[in-house]
Amino acid sequence: METLLDTLGLAQSMELLSLSPPGWGGNLLRGLVNSLQIAFGAFGLGLVIGLFGAYGKLYGGVVIRDLLGIYTTVIRAVPELVLILILYYVGTDLINQASEAMGYGRVEISGVVAGIWVLGVVQGAYSTEVLRGAIQAVPKGQIEAARAYGMPAFLVMRRVTIPAMMSFAVPGLANLWLIATKDTALLAIVGFSELTLETKQAAASTRAYFTFFLAAGALYLVVTLLSGVVFGRIEKWARRGQPSLRAGQSR
Amino acid sequence: MTLRALFQPHRIVMMVLFAIFVIWCAMSLRWDWIPQYAPLALEGLWRTIWILIVTCILGFLLAIPLGLAQAIGPWYLAAPARVFCTVIRGTPLLLQIWLLYYGLGSLFPQIPWIRGSDLWPYLRQAWPYAVLALTLSYAGYEGEVMRGAFSSVNKGQLEAANSFGMPRFTMFRRIWLPQAIRNVLPTLGGETILQLKATPLVATITVVEIYAVSSRVRSDMLIVYEPLLLLALFYLIIAGVITLLFRKFENRVPTR
Amino acid sequence: MKLKNIVKATVTAAVLGAGAASAEEVKVGIAAEPYPPFASVDSAGNWNGWEVDVINAVCEAAELDCVITPVAWDGIIPSLTGGTIDVIMASMSITDERKKTIDFSDPYYDTPTVIAADKNSDIEPTAESLKGKIIGVQASTVHQAYVNAHFSDAGEIRVYQTQDEANQDLVAGRIDATQADSIALADFVSTPGGACCEIKGSVPDDKAILGLGVGAGVRKGDDALREKLNAGIQKILDDGTHAEITSNYFKTSIYKK
Repeated sequence: METLLDTLGLAQSMELLSLSPPGWGGNLLRGLVNSLQIAFGAFGLGLVIGLFGAYGKLYGGVVIRDLLGIYTTVIRAVPELVLILILYYVGTDLINQASEAMGYGRVEISGVVAGIWVLGVVQGAYSTEVLRGAIQAVPKGQIEAARAYGMPAFLVMRRVTIPAMMSFAVPGLANLWLIATKDTALLAIVGFSELTLETKQAAASTRAYFTFFLAAGALYLVVTLLSGVVFGRIEKWARRGQPSLRAGQSR
Repeated sequence: MTLRALFQPHRIVMMVLFAIFVIWCAMSLRWDWIPQYAPLALEGLWRTIWILIVTCILGFLLAIPLGLAQAIGPWYLAAPARVFCTVIRGTPLLLQIWLLYYGLGSLFPQIPWIRGSDLWPYLRQAWPYAVLALTLSYAGYEGEVMRGAFSSVNKGQLEAANSFGMPRFTMFRRIWLPQAIRNVLPTLGGETILQLKATPLVATITVVEIYAVSSRVRSDMLIVYEPLLLLALFYLIIAGVITLLFRKFENRVPTR
Repeated sequence: MKLKNIVKATVTAAVLGAGAASAEEVKVGIAAEPYPPFASVDSAGNWNGWEVDVINAVCEAAELDCVITPVAWDGIIPSLTGGTIDVIMASMSITDERKKTIDFSDPYYDTPTVIAADKNSDIEPTAESLKGKIIGVQASTVHQAYVNAHFSDAGEIRVYQTQDEANQDLVAGRIDATQADSIALADFVSTPGGACCEIKGSVPDDKAILGLGVGAGVRKGDDALREKLNAGIQKILDDGTHAEITSNYFKTSIYKK
């Protein structure tokens, strides 16, 4: 019983988790910052890919539509872990070959950039579907009205389609953001020092597996819950001036 | 998709290009390792599939009480169920797997009687932890879906059954559960594919499934792309089979 | 047209952003998973250990501007050939199998391979003693290859991402024995966490699999760098730096001619 208490001993855990060395709390926070950075970047890149992808799927030619169909199907059927490995090696290979062909020699790719690239491509497939659904949900009349006024296509997108689809897209995008934060953990397997890898290193060095895994879990949970609050606000803002969804459905 | 849709000019061009890519892969990449690793790969494939099936079934069975507790349970059942679903959905699965395997593993040396118990031969293996972690994960995600499914069953039907004097459990079994399951059926296929995509994570705790076999080939042969491409193909095929199975299954269930 | 330009600009920006570091830098790849006492990370995020000290000494002797770059052990060779790192100095044994893909410098240390197991067990480092037992090894190591070749009668060979995980499972009793480098295992059994276990002796040698000591890996054909590293290694061996670093960590020399 005493040994059990020792493992669960809170005083010892606090010491291990303190922010300054010899505590490992600072490492965990640094890992969290890295994770969030990659998640932000990947989410952003995913949105850009998703926006082009959604427009391509809706208005593109047959070839573009088929290619995008293959992209979203493959990405959504193959495990992220496998995709991360393939994209990581393909990405570094391609960039190196390109830069060698252009005569620059080898370039180094920082962990964060590589992480954003691989997770961004994965996120892009999911955002494509979310945004496509949201664009389709925008009443046709609004877009047609804008066109009738002679607005150029890009302006229609910026001023009409995107603002109007926001309220439909936010719940799906909130979900994608959560997936992005959790998927950064997979980068631990490729050796990026994000939260999960930092946790594992700390746990291995101190043998306090429970303490560190629970602490990291708590950090991820805080991010999730805070994101929920933020996205709730965004959804409210995106829906300002619109009748509530419930009323809309009953019509 | 009809044959005619498949043979539009641009699709034929794409298929030709794809065929060229496949031939290029076959010619210029290394595949001589396949015969040597084929038995291991089949074993790994089988392990992936049974882990997927077992954890989906167990997870779904666990999701039913979780959903029910959240939908109608008293607060002392609803709150823990809610917390469980939030925690599972709010933390990475990889972390959950490591917490279960290495966290519990670090407790074993401190509790000597565990090693003497009858359970020890199982606790020594990695797969029970893999099955447990994946089951809990599936239950966490599906429990949330089941909550919605239970809440959306038409209340009038329940009231009607109640007024006929139907016992509560019969009511649950005959009216509530079948309708809730029919409500979630369209999402089940997707959830199962998500579960399939989670299975390679158990390779990190020494379970030798198909991903672990590909890692073994990568490290033994010092090649990168070949096993990964083949692995991606395997997962595509399994995901395709899952989609077809669920479509068939859905068509069989009568809808209004 | 406009869209194409935007894409082009983004790609260029990504490439330029990626290659911000100067070309003179040599990225020395070590395993991101700690491998004490050769390389481990402290709570301030600094890497230290015998091998890290040797890397610094070799780089100084060879007048190279080295940056230590942790990458996943599992993918360390693809990272080298892919250009993420320029040198591997991660306790990698020089084997013929690896020489097909990369080149090696001269060895900078060489230690025997041993088996560790519970103190109360009568396991010996022989094939018949390990029959039916569960052996744990680290993935992508010479030990994995050796165990597969020589201990195929074992009940199960469990493969871990890091040696530390194998050690952890040895303590937990999930595996009966683990095979690794003698120094790494000696360090482990001397810690309070590894007090349960002891080294049961070294395995019969098999140079073809276990290799000819540990060397620095470079890309095939990168002879200029390999020569520089060789000169650096020779220099620290000659001027006593190697012995001095070793004496900070170990009682005996871990270099043999």
